[in-house]
Amino acid sequence: MTALISGLVLPLLAALAAIALPARARLPVALLGVGLTLAASIWLAISVWTNGAITVSLGGWQPPIGIALRADGLGAALGVMTALVMAAVALAARHEMEPLVAGPRTSFGFWPLMLLLWAALNAVFVSRDLFNLYVGLELITLTAVALVAISGKAEAIAAALRYLLFALAGSLLYLAGVVLSYAAHGTLDISLLAARTAVPGDALALGLMTAGLLVKTALFPFHVWLPPAHSAAPAPASAMLSALVPKASLLILLRLWFEAMPELATPVALFTLAGLGALAVIWGGVLALLQARLKLIVAYSTVAQLGYIFLVFPLAGGDGAAQPWAAGAWTGAMFQMLGHGLAKAAMFLAAGIYIAAVGSDRLSDVRGLARALPMTGFAFALASITLLGLPPSAGFTAKYLLMTGAFASGQWAWAFVLVGGGLLAAAYLYRPLTAIFAREIAVTPRPIPWGWQAVPLVLAMLSVALGLLSSVPFDFLQIGRPDQAAEGL
Amino acid sequence: MSLVLDIALCALILGVGLATVAGHGVFRAVIFFITYGLLLAIGWARLGAYDVALAEAAISAGLTGVLLLAAHGRLRRLSAAEEAPLRRNLPAALIATGVALALGWAWFALPDPAAPDLTAALPQSGVGNPVTAVLLNFRAWDTLLEAIILLAALIGLWMLARDRAWNEPLGLQYHARAGGVMASFGRVLPPIGLIFGVYLVWAGAETTGGAFQGGTVLAAVCLVSLMAGVLPAPRIAQTAWRAALVFGPGVFLLSGVAGAIFAQGFLALPPALAKPAIVTIEAALTLSIAVTLVLLVIGPPDDGGQDA
Repeated sequence: MTALISGLVLPLLAALAAIALPARARLPVALLGVGLTLAASIWLAISVWTNGAITVSLGGWQPPIGIALRADGLGAALGVMTALVMAAVALAARHEMEPLVAGPRTSFGFWPLMLLLWAALNAVFVSRDLFNLYVGLELITLTAVALVAISGKAEAIAAALRYLLFALAGSLLYLAGVVLSYAAHGTLDISLLAARTAVPGDALALGLMTAGLLVKTALFPFHVWLPPAHSAAPAPASAMLSALVPKASLLILLRLWFEAMPELATPVALFTLAGLGALAVIWGGVLALLQARLKLIVAYSTVAQLGYIFLVFPLAGGDGAAQPWAAGAWTGAMFQMLGHGLAKAAMFLAAGIYIAAVGSDRLSDVRGLARALPMTGFAFALASITLLGLPPSAGFTAKYLLMTGAFASGQWAWAFVLVGGGLLAAAYLYRPLTAIFAREIAVTPRPIPWGWQAVPLVLAMLSVALGLLSSVPFDFLQIGRPDQAAEGL
Repeated sequence: MSLVLDIALCALILGVGLATVAGHGVFRAVIFFITYGLLLAIGWARLGAYDVALAEAAISAGLTGVLLLAAHGRLRRLSAAEEAPLRRNLPAALIATGVALALGWAWFALPDPAAPDLTAALPQSGVGNPVTAVLLNFRAWDTLLEAIILLAALIGLWMLARDRAWNEPLGLQYHARAGGVMASFGRVLPPIGLIFGVYLVWAGAETTGGAFQGGTVLAAVCLVSLMAGVLPAPRIAQTAWRAALVFGPGVFLLSGVAGAIFAQGFLALPPALAKPAIVTIEAALTLSIAVTLVLLVIGPPDDGGQDA
């Protein structure tokens, strides 16, 4: 219990201190908060591994009066992935968010916003209460929008405002669904809702909540806000926005469709969700092909990579949940969440190093940089392996498990999406990789400290290691998973 | 009689709502929106939800109205507020109508609302007002996060400042004519508002009121004083203002941690200590909410310059 609460309290306390304390104390207190929260997240995962899922009723009040928090394998795993990404972001931001480099405004705002975002993510990963999840999502949205705008450029502020309008529309839809569900059942708790007596309004409530969450997750066709927002932010902010922020609303979708109201998952609804996911894979991939800037390619790739995760709905949801392939397909989608988070953060941090080195992320300007900055080039290539789904990366484990589920369940059409998406990824990553590894250097780069260069490399190596050592995370993700009746294939 | 009143109120809310989104010009829309908020507050009062009515009137009609008027004024100074007819957005209208029809259907289709039974828990909460018990005790985690959301919104707003203006005073500079209406208001209103705001917080424990409502009234007091030039404009570099921002969430968070160490768990309040603890947390929250709202309304530091 202490580990769970520490993961929520420590980043909040550090954020408050970073706001109130004078400028010279800001960086030390923020880095202390980052270190302690990282330790708390790992500690929570170890407790979940040894003791199983951990449940806390806040203030001693049981639901439906109070709010229950529960750290299961999935929540704790996302917590550790978030902590690793945040620690890397902090190490990169030490250089990029220095007052002399970024200016007094950005260097003031970045640290509290980052720590508040982290606290909100941890809150969403463990909350079992639909309204508390809404509050958590709002904190995520506001900090994320501010992080988009933080560079102060006109196009960044425009992208942030567009993101805000989309996200607020999503919030309203989600909240309307929560209100309907609460009015019908008198509880907001996911476990109590699972045991409710169904009423005719349930499908509408689930539909509204899902629509709101899809807007926030940027699923096709609600993705239009994502690429400009993620590419306009400074690289450490982009890393958080792309690797972590969409995972929160996606997790709530999974909680709704797999835990709170699984009996409403009709084949048509599941097919629609996965169909939109498939379109996202193709559309995001095609648009990534057309971009001339590294950060925009990486941002459109997020649209595509998030699409794969939606294949989990027909492969492991509804009636399929009790089938022998469900556990594998579900875990595959979760590997995609974790692997994409690590790899995408590595790519954006690498892009940040290039921008610091040559002042631009245009493909024509980053030509040949692998010669001058070999660690960063290697990090980008390793992260690409995960996005492509090549062995032995986490992306490969994810696609292998999803594909096994697709064939075992006879829904082989989804396998085409997995293969086609992989080919598209190869095509859109080929251009930045050939540019970075070109023989001749286009712009002579400014030297970058090796400690900074190592940051994306470590993240990219972790995304590969997650696939190499996949059996431990596979078992970890099963802790507290609903529908454990069936053993995997 | 009351049915006629309710039907008239509903018709007014719908009509004013329509006028807000379908009317010509930004200024008219803002004025209709403020009226809409006040009508909604009356609606909440008719439903017996007096706490919600107060919050709606203070925050939605009052503070949001001031924010929107300030935004309109800023747009006009940049001569960007062309009073052109608002663009008709058919897809948005269709989606909104669809959602409204679906919610209307749900109102008929859903069974009578079932709220959790608080009769056993309320005496243990330390306060008599069930709304305060929910906000500060049963679901304190929500309220703590909401107070922090307000803070995050302010930090986000400050990120919109121009870099060269960062050390300037916050907001635009006000000049009140000595002996004029504003200057007199600036001296007469604050003492009354101060008493009313503090009363709302104190009364919130047993009856209608609370930190958000009281904080809004105190924010209004502070704003009047700033506009009348009684208080000097704050700057981000001033530690006292930043400390006031984090004071409430900080006290709330630390009392939650104290619950984890000395009582049954995080955010737990032992029944004997619940009342003083809740009043202390509410007082601290009120201060921070008031300061945060003031700084949100006056806006980021501004050197008055145009964008390059």
